[in-house]
Amino acid sequence: MTRHVIIGAGQAGLQIVESLRKEGFSGEIALIGDEASAPYQRPPLSKKYLLGQITAERLLFRAPEHYGRLGVELRLSTRVTAIDPAAHTVTLAEGSQLEWDRLALATGARVRKLGVPGAEDPRVHVLRGVEDAEALRQGLEQAARVVVIGGGFIGLEVAAIARKLGLEVKVVEAQSRVLPRVVAPLVSTFFHELHTGHGVRILLDQQVAALVPSADALTVQTQDGTVIPADLVVVGIGVLPNTELAEAAGLACDAGIVVDEFARTSHPHIVSAGDCTRHRNLLFAAPHRLESVQNAVDQAKVAASTMLDAPVPYAQVPWFWSDQYDVKLQMVGISTGHDSLVVRGVPGPDGFSVFYRSGDRVIAVDSINKPAEHMAARKLIAAGGQCDPERLADTSTDLKTLLQ
Amino acid sequence: MPKVVFVSPGGARRELAIADGWTLMEGAVQHNVQEIAAECGGGCACATCHVFIDPAWLSKLPAPAAAEQDLLDCTAVPRQENSRLSCQLKLTPELDGLVVMLPERQT
Repeated sequence: MTRHVIIGAGQAGLQIVESLRKEGFSGEIALIGDEASAPYQRPPLSKKYLLGQITAERLLFRAPEHYGRLGVELRLSTRVTAIDPAAHTVTLAEGSQLEWDRLALATGARVRKLGVPGAEDPRVHVLRGVEDAEALRQGLEQAARVVVIGGGFIGLEVAAIARKLGLEVKVVEAQSRVLPRVVAPLVSTFFHELHTGHGVRILLDQQVAALVPSADALTVQTQDGTVIPADLVVVGIGVLPNTELAEAAGLACDAGIVVDEFARTSHPHIVSAGDCTRHRNLLFAAPHRLESVQNAVDQAKVAASTMLDAPVPYAQVPWFWSDQYDVKLQMVGISTGHDSLVVRGVPGPDGFSVFYRSGDRVIAVDSINKPAEHMAARKLIAAGGQCDPERLADTSTDLKTLLQ
Repeated sequence: MPKVVFVSPGGARRELAIADGWTLMEGAVQHNVQEIAAECGGGCACATCHVFIDPAWLSKLPAPAAAEQDLLDCTAVPRQENSRLSCQLKLTPELDGLVVMLPERQT
């Protein structure tokens, strides 16, 4: 019987399985994950879960009995140690081998480590998996002073939760503004003021030099000599794609597993999807790597289509979101290469949207507390992004009418 | 646990027990109700967990907040008077027997 094997039981891995079955594949499927939990949602880890509002059971994508019904062999707490592309096998940590007809790599990403002295102290936390989140949640219960290293999405979401829990919070960012790589300066300013308004102290242009442990504090030292004592430190400085298995198997990698618009790796019978891929999307000229739910789900559907020899190319508009305090940021498109901005509304609590334009096209939109504008923006960008900037900026014009 | 009846566009009925305090969307997704997409995972951010509430039950639900009202204008199948986003509806014992109809599509 035909057997397809998926390495990685995250959002992309599960979506590949579901799509294979939905498209009628009736052979064997093995889904292999190195975490103990059945596939679960990661976004709430830095939001509701960290705040203690939902349990781990509520993070699960599917009830446990679902996997039996789907006819999937779900192998948890199982690490794959090698792929043999010529023999069509994978080797598991305990030594056994699994044969496959098609293989999918949904190996995800892992946190980038802070390479300074003291970074291995147990008071240093990261946030990627549910076990990280649980350790951090328990750590926050014991802490009064929290230092967050990194002013990106994870760092700022954790800062917001720590403030909600009543803790003293400082954020240390190496660049000159928060969210430096992903949003326009005016959006960075909005989030900076949002956090300082909630009592967070943000230190910009500060490189961490060392974490100095003592009995009653872990002190963050920056390169200019600033010292910040903490009870708990959270490091959120980005992720690295898990490419080791692919590289060892001789698959092309370039800061990500290289795949084409059909999610095919350099081996014709191995696909890859999700955070681990450097991929082609027909909507963009250059390949890129994205860490998002949207990419995991949509690229996984492409990967499944390729595994079933009915390939459908990847051509989906990316979208992202972040929740901080009572503010919801929703982003659509990729703003890289924009040459002008249109702001709709006034940056503030009532919400606004920022349109990133390249020439006469809107290529990305950030919406703050404007979910309906975000949904309209998705359609606008999918339709090519042509739009009169004066009407975009006019809040009396319903965005939905611009699409008709 | 409150039981909820999901009616698919073709008329098929499926009864699911959903834990008290969970949202209608969470229960549906964990039990693989394919007609609920819930792209944003329950953040009232995407309008892909749209359902129609059996009119007999409509008055037993809390009214939608402003964000849900806005998003109900963005559903793939146009909203009706009994439209709600299932991620915003928490199950309580009083909702035992709730009947909801699923739309043809969510995106």
